[in-house]
Amino acid sequence: MSPTVLAYLTKRLGYYALLLAVAVFLSYVLSSLALSPRGYFEGRQPPPPAASVEAQLTELGINDHTPLMERFGTWVSHAVRGDFGRTIDSSSVGEEFGRRIGVSLRLLFAGTLLGTVAGILAGAWGALRQYRFSDRAVTVFAFLLLSTPTFLLAVLLKLGAMKVNQAAGTELISFTGEKTPGLSGSAGTLLGDRAAHLLLPTLSIALGTAAAYSRYQRGTMLDVLGSDFLRTARAKGLTHRRAVLTHGLRTALVPMSTFFAYGFLALFTGAAFTEKIFGWHGMGSWFIDAIGKSDVNSVVAVNVFAAVMVLLSGFLADVLHAALDPRVRTS
Amino acid sequence: MTTTATVPTADPAASAPPAARGRGRVALRRFAANRNALTGAVVLLLLFLLAFAGPYLTPWSHTDIDYSALREAPSADHWWGTNRIGQDVYAQVLHGLQKSLLIGLLTALTATVLASVVGACAGYFGGWTDRIMTFFIDLLLVFPAFLIIAIVSPRLRERGWIVFVGLLAVFGWMITARVVRSMTRSLKEREFVRAAQLMGVHPLRIIARHILPNVSSFLIVDATIAVGGAVMSETGLSYFGFGVQPPDVSLGTLIADGSDAALTYPWMFFFAAGLLVVFVLAVNFLGDGLRDALDPTSGHHRTRRRPRRKGTTHDRAAR
Amino acid sequence: MTAPPADAVTPARTAALAVRDLHVDFDGPEGPVPAVRGVDLTLNPGEVLGLVGESGSGKSTVALAAMGLLPRTARVRGSVLAGGTELLGAGEKALSRLRGSRVAMVFQDPLSALTPVHRIGDQIAEAVRVHQDVTREQARRRAVELLDLVGIPDPARRARAYPHEFSGGMRQRAVIAMAVANDPDVILADEPTTALDVTVQAQILDVLRTARRETGAALLLVSHDLGVIAGMADRVAVMYAGRVVESAPVDALFAAPRMPYTIGLLGAVPRPDTGGRPLTPVPGSPPDLRKLSGGCPFAPRCPLADDACGDEPALTGTGDDHDHLAACVKTPGPGLYPVPEIPPATAGAEAPRSERPAVLRVQGLAKTFPVFKGTAFRRRVGSVYAVDGIDLDIRRGETLGLVGESGSGKSTALMEILRLAAPEAGEVEILGRSAAGLTKRQAHALRGSVQIVFQDPMASLDPRMPVGEIVAEPLRAQGHGRADAAGRIPRLLELVGLEAAHADRFPHEFSGGQRQRIGIARALAVEPELLVLDEPVSALDVSVQAGVLNLLQRLKRELGLAYLFVSHDLAVVRHIADRVSVMYLGRTVESGPVEEVFARPRHPYTQALLSAVPVPDPSRERARERILLAGDPPSPAVRDEGCRFRGRCPLYAALGDAERSRCEGVRPAPRSLGGDQVAACHFAAG
Repeated sequence: MSPTVLAYLTKRLGYYALLLAVAVFLSYVLSSLALSPRGYFEGRQPPPPAASVEAQLTELGINDHTPLMERFGTWVSHAVRGDFGRTIDSSSVGEEFGRRIGVSLRLLFAGTLLGTVAGILAGAWGALRQYRFSDRAVTVFAFLLLSTPTFLLAVLLKLGAMKVNQAAGTELISFTGEKTPGLSGSAGTLLGDRAAHLLLPTLSIALGTAAAYSRYQRGTMLDVLGSDFLRTARAKGLTHRRAVLTHGLRTALVPMSTFFAYGFLALFTGAAFTEKIFGWHGMGSWFIDAIGKSDVNSVVAVNVFAAVMVLLSGFLADVLHAALDPRVRTS
Repeated sequence: MTTTATVPTADPAASAPPAARGRGRVALRRFAANRNALTGAVVLLLLFLLAFAGPYLTPWSHTDIDYSALREAPSADHWWGTNRIGQDVYAQVLHGLQKSLLIGLLTALTATVLASVVGACAGYFGGWTDRIMTFFIDLLLVFPAFLIIAIVSPRLRERGWIVFVGLLAVFGWMITARVVRSMTRSLKEREFVRAAQLMGVHPLRIIARHILPNVSSFLIVDATIAVGGAVMSETGLSYFGFGVQPPDVSLGTLIADGSDAALTYPWMFFFAAGLLVVFVLAVNFLGDGLRDALDPTSGHHRTRRRPRRKGTTHDRAAR
Repeated sequence: MTAPPADAVTPARTAALAVRDLHVDFDGPEGPVPAVRGVDLTLNPGEVLGLVGESGSGKSTVALAAMGLLPRTARVRGSVLAGGTELLGAGEKALSRLRGSRVAMVFQDPLSALTPVHRIGDQIAEAVRVHQDVTREQARRRAVELLDLVGIPDPARRARAYPHEFSGGMRQRAVIAMAVANDPDVILADEPTTALDVTVQAQILDVLRTARRETGAALLLVSHDLGVIAGMADRVAVMYAGRVVESAPVDALFAAPRMPYTIGLLGAVPRPDTGGRPLTPVPGSPPDLRKLSGGCPFAPRCPLADDACGDEPALTGTGDDHDHLAACVKTPGPGLYPVPEIPPATAGAEAPRSERPAVLRVQGLAKTFPVFKGTAFRRRVGSVYAVDGIDLDIRRGETLGLVGESGSGKSTALMEILRLAAPEAGEVEILGRSAAGLTKRQAHALRGSVQIVFQDPMASLDPRMPVGEIVAEPLRAQGHGRADAAGRIPRLLELVGLEAAHADRFPHEFSGGQRQRIGIARALAVEPELLVLDEPVSALDVSVQAGVLNLLQRLKRELGLAYLFVSHDLAVVRHIADRVSVMYLGRTVESGPVEEVFARPRHPYTQALLSAVPVPDPSRERARERILLAGDPPSPAVRDEGCRFRGRCPLYAALGDAERSRCEGVRPAPRSLGGDQVAACHFAAG
């Protein structure tokens, strides 16, 4: 990597750090003001003594009698050392995070990859066959998927699976959790069980992703198909197909780099629905549960994670863009 | 002199004055030729009619409870059946549709206005105005919108759904603003804007008279699609209880209520879900058709961009 | 078949390229739109055929149709034979074997003709490997040879560059390298120099000559520029409304054109070698090809048209002259087009120059732009010295032509002058008032006295505003009431040759020439004293351009205006300007009365520039000695202590060491070289 690129990337990181700092601060303030952990403790049955509630709140660093800035200061001084405090149930946020992130990644990986590849292929193919029946069919299908909110798609898939299971009389497709609890057997059985559990979440993620990418890719591809350089390539003696493959596709992928990066982010929000509906205990469902329990530390941790993901996506988009487009590298 | 390899008539210079009567007609014709867009527009119209006139056709309101009919299948009395506490699904779904439509429209409108003002000002004035506004945009993008709304909205429960609209709008304008900003920056280099500047026209007047009308095509299209997006966000959040709060209903809460019983009592779920998908689909088709009709630089109606002859453009590129 | 083969000298089989009865229609929303309507062309082995026409005449479409590279919406009929092989209707596979090997093509816009993400060398090597069975390494070496052939310095290193690292001229060389990679029989060049500067154009035309010499290929040169055609072509075919209307050997065509359209074209084009000759514009504008009546398509604009023109005439010769063909039933005599009357100057402008008041005076103007890196935290890494010492002096009733190539800083200089604020360095004086001392209010008032007309009439008019409002805008900005402004519109529109009723229409309803007239009307609305014209005719066709130039001359005389006329087109400047100022890389290098500078350029750059301008006269073109400048202008981001031109200067190259050090170390000051002529060169002959 050349020094100019390095300098550029360093500058970018500096800006991101500033954004992150402000965002984290505001997230902390918002969460602390909006959530009421005191109410959570006081609402327990039987109601705990006031002193104990006070002690617990102070212990967790979320006592609303401590000034907000002081709480934030304490939180930051721990957070920079990698300690994000304790959840409202007194377990370590860091450990919870470690467990949850693995679940989320296992859930997202296959679906994202599958959706991205399928979307790009469908889009490029549609552009090449613009206005033929196949292009129209892909377009309508993509629009239909794009018009179905993630949660609804997940619910529909689940309903479909239930119907299938009903018809089969046995649980062919599993849709709750990551694996069947208490199942024992060979490694193959366990792996098969996990794969069966992965089918629906993967499908719900892949379908939406593919639909979005197919639209973007079709658009950038159509731009490229009318370009002068493709005509030059054909004038050299390349067939249309070969010109599109060697000159068109690569160029059409350049503007896609932004979508790749930000698609990653959109997934995270989408994953909250997917996780919740299919009963996976990942980041998204952690967040939703944490709000329900007024678990300030967990909520802030997820917020920080999400903000970092956004920035990382932006950074990734820049790097990808530079890797794909020589024009960016030198300027 | 420029030459072109595409349809010569794409150059309006070639056609005699009476040939074209305004771009409005051209846009209308292109739009009418797009079957998806036309269908989308008609369906949307019907949905609006259904949402706002439909409730008058039934004696039931969405809060009425018919204790004699619990979980009843569609019948002459309850057209789309009843739910488990005896509420009329037709009345409920229509009320939910109304709410979702209103939220979607208001959110898209607010977000678009915000985006166009901030984007145009940032792009036009540049310098520190631009830097501050860009930072603000970036900051809001870094904020996980979904999460923030989820945290804040239960707190604002008492203030009603209009606050919810505000929240959705506040987190929904940034990408549009970025596009408007970059469009403004290129418009600013266009000669008609330069001409206005050199005549001494006031900057705010230039923005109002030259910049905004020239991004209006994009804004119309974007706002249309934003309606769909806002409805999707609204239903998603409401599904998890972070959006519209009972006793008020929206399509999202209805879908949440009906999904558990969807296989046994499909009417509780599928009317709401179906209307949601049909609505967003219609909006997307309409937006896509509008884009083709209004925005000559997008999609297949484009003609090959002609290279300008040498001269001023290169000089400016030197900056 | 409507017409016999245009030039039946060579049978189609032995011709390098034979086009017969070619028709091209494009699918439009309201049915097919014709673009080419029965064209016959024969390109003999080794010859250069010039294909001339204005925009929309179908000339580029012919070239693209021959290559089978038209978009899918095109319907092509007829026959195109390349060395006896039929190209039309051949499959993509068969065509792709011929493309690049037998028939090669050079495109108009070098900036977009190369794939941005692949290296130049790889793109040329690819052309080699498509048709020849060579290894990757051999192809790469051949690419370097080809880059060397087309005159790219240090080709081995430059082969690894990406297109965006090349200048426009260098990219066009690379495209030519690609075209000659497989030793083709025919090269189709579609406006190969239109997007380039005049000195670069001269280089590229030279490269094309080299390419032809190396390959022996026949060349079909498509161009709108009669000068380029005169200098390159052996034979010329003139296209109008999708047909060839005249075809002849180059000398015959320029000396004795037979078709009224050709006559009009030649009468409308300004020449750099003779000034003062009034231009005769061709009235009207080209027809809409969807609405042809069936008669001669030129008849509505033709002074000779009568009932006999009701049928579309065939392309025929006269008597036993089978070389010179024209599609016209008339025999045009001299004085076909009326010579426009330019009114005499108003009183005041007649006074000797030194007694007339200065309208604009610029001394040592400079403007630097910071160069930034990074997008978020931008950091300044250097400066571009876009304008680095410009002197201008315009008196009342006078036209100063400001000449310079891309990157010379013309537009930056204009914007700096028009900003009406203190310049970074130097002095700007408008109507005797220094821009530096103006208050905001004074500057605003002064804006009424200085108006600008832009290059692109489409871009300079807001597409969403009716013409009346556009013209009224400067009036409103100067504080005139709505009714007052509206009241002046009809007279303004009539002043520039439009109708008062046009005020309600939108810009896109007008032709290019009409739009430029709207731009002029807008500029005149506030009755300025100085009109800045930024390339006002370079986006217009020749026949239309002449009308606008005549209008500008008439307005100047009638209203006593002064013009600052910025242009890259030296012929136009020669025609319209009283004085000329030549810029190179942000500095004024020479200025003086236009006749003197054009007759006896003193600065080596001016000399090269003038010698590069093609003249629409084949015998003169052939006899001319050209000074070809090497390379491209250096980067304006480098501050140069000495002369900025010396790297390309032929005079510098011939100097001894001691004298050279002067060019390197001392910035040449403007020096008076007899009379009014000033040049900034240490060694220019007096």
